[in-house]
Amino acid sequence: MGTQISPVMAQWLDTAPQWILDLPKGLSDFCYKIFKCFIFDDRYMMFVKGLGNTLILTFFALLIGIALGVIVSLVRVTWDKNGLEMKSGPRKFFLGLANLVCRIYLTVIRGTPVVVQILIYYFVIMTSSDKITTGIVAFGINSGAYVAEIMRSGIMSIDGGQNEAGRSLGFGYVSTMRYIILPQAFKNVLPALANEFIVLLKETAVAGYIGLPDLAYAGSIIGGNTYEYLIPLVFGVALVYLILVMFFTWLVGRLERRMRANER
Amino acid sequence: MNASTLIKVNDLKKYYNGEKIKALDGVTAEILKGEVVVVIGPSGSGKSTFLRCLSLLEIPTDGHILFNGTDITDEKTDINLHRQKMGMVFQHFNLFPHMTVLKNMTAAPIKILKKSKAEAEAQAMALLKRVGLEDRANAYPSQLSGGQKQRIAIVRALCMNPDVMLFDEPTSALDPEMVGEVLDVMKQLAHEGMTMVVVTHEMGFAKEVGSRVIFMDEGKIVEENSPATIFENPQSDRLKSFLAKVL
Ligand SMILES: Nc1ncnc2c1ncn2[C@@H]1O[C@H](COP(=O)(O)OP(=O)(O)O)[C@@H](O)[C@H]1O
Ligand SMILES: [Mg+2]
Repeated sequence: MGTQISPVMAQWLDTAPQWILDLPKGLSDFCYKIFKCFIFDDRYMMFVKGLGNTLILTFFALLIGIALGVIVSLVRVTWDKNGLEMKSGPRKFFLGLANLVCRIYLTVIRGTPVVVQILIYYFVIMTSSDKITTGIVAFGINSGAYVAEIMRSGIMSIDGGQNEAGRSLGFGYVSTMRYIILPQAFKNVLPALANEFIVLLKETAVAGYIGLPDLAYAGSIIGGNTYEYLIPLVFGVALVYLILVMFFTWLVGRLERRMRANER
Repeated sequence: MNASTLIKVNDLKKYYNGEKIKALDGVTAEILKGEVVVVIGPSGSGKSTFLRCLSLLEIPTDGHILFNGTDITDEKTDINLHRQKMGMVFQHFNLFPHMTVLKNMTAAPIKILKKSKAEAEAQAMALLKRVGLEDRANAYPSQLSGGQKQRIAIVRALCMNPDVMLFDEPTSALDPEMVGEVLDVMKQLAHEGMTMVVVTHEMGFAKEVGSRVIFMDEGKIVEENSPATIFENPQSDRLKSFLAKVL
């Protein structure tokens, strides 16, 4: 070796056990790259923190998405079922207005790329918020539109007799929704909601566009610093996403089986 | 209005599609406390619409319904309060599939009447015992036969201590061998003095426990009389031809 040896290489030669250095060239090179991308300078911490941000982003965006989705779907369903028959008056006016707002929301959010949305929040709407808050709001509002359509189809799939049975027992419209329709609708759409959650988890990877240091962002930064792309992107990012997705898919499958067992 | 009148229906109309479909075309009727009124008539004659208007599952186009002296068609009356006092039993049971039998029966008393869980469950268990289904308390509806489902639907409605029970073809969706067990529960209820309005094709039930039979056709009450008179001595041609088909 020449005199110009990099600090990474110096530390590698210093710390690596001799038997690894003695491995065939390909293998020991691979180990060196792992060292360079993950261990040197505690670079793995970028991936850990990035993963943490990805999970925080997904979790809170999901909460906002479900809350928004349920509200929007209820407005849409209530209007579709009762709107035309309602007597004109302030109630009809406000429900109609709410329905219109919901429809515009659904159209705009589902009609534009989420990357563009998050850029608009970051540079135009929420200029004084921190990146993680901006990300949570952007992905939450985005996810809400998809959850709303899922919930709406779930509510519509419940037999009208359920509503009538609830109402005839004396439950009001809201209580019937809450105790009778929504629990059944939720159960029916659980697979679709789980799918939306997994899509959301993967979609948060575009948060890097506003410099939010999520998991994918860590991969590209380390790649840029080390000129090693394969190892950080494949092993540091793609593999972690894959493991997460497989884990959540398994978890939802278990949940579904438990819920079905309840009805058998 | 008679002191023992429970429901008074005045010129009730229900139109669909503007005025194209006249499901109810001016129905006037009175239901006394303790009466079992059986409603018969051909399919599409407005029997279901009549029952559904009584419980305001359909909002009448015109006319008035007095229940316990209150005009429930008035916008200002609390519909939910009146529905509690009217039990409704549907052709397709409409049990809540995500709840056990016991939960089906106690949800409304606990959530609406604010009964304690213990009190509601004690009442539900007593009712289940009366219909011989106390061992199914923790079953889910999907685990029950049709006849069992309908018996549960009846006692679920009874848990709200209604003043009147409305039945819309309660045995029409059942296998023949299960019709009897449901009719038995209904007869028992009738003998206990429950006010009942029953839409059914079970003419035997009408003869046995009916206080009065109403024959409907094309959204109107065509004939109304004691079961004996209706079946032995029908007046109108439409009733005669209807009976000829079903008896
Ligand atoms: N929601 C509805 N929309 C339009 N027409 C209806 C509706 N419900 C009932 N009808 C019509 O009203 C008439 C009476 O129906 P219904 O009361 O169900 O009769 P029955 O129970 O005696 O068979 C029928 O012609 C039916 O097609
Ligand atoms: Mg009918």
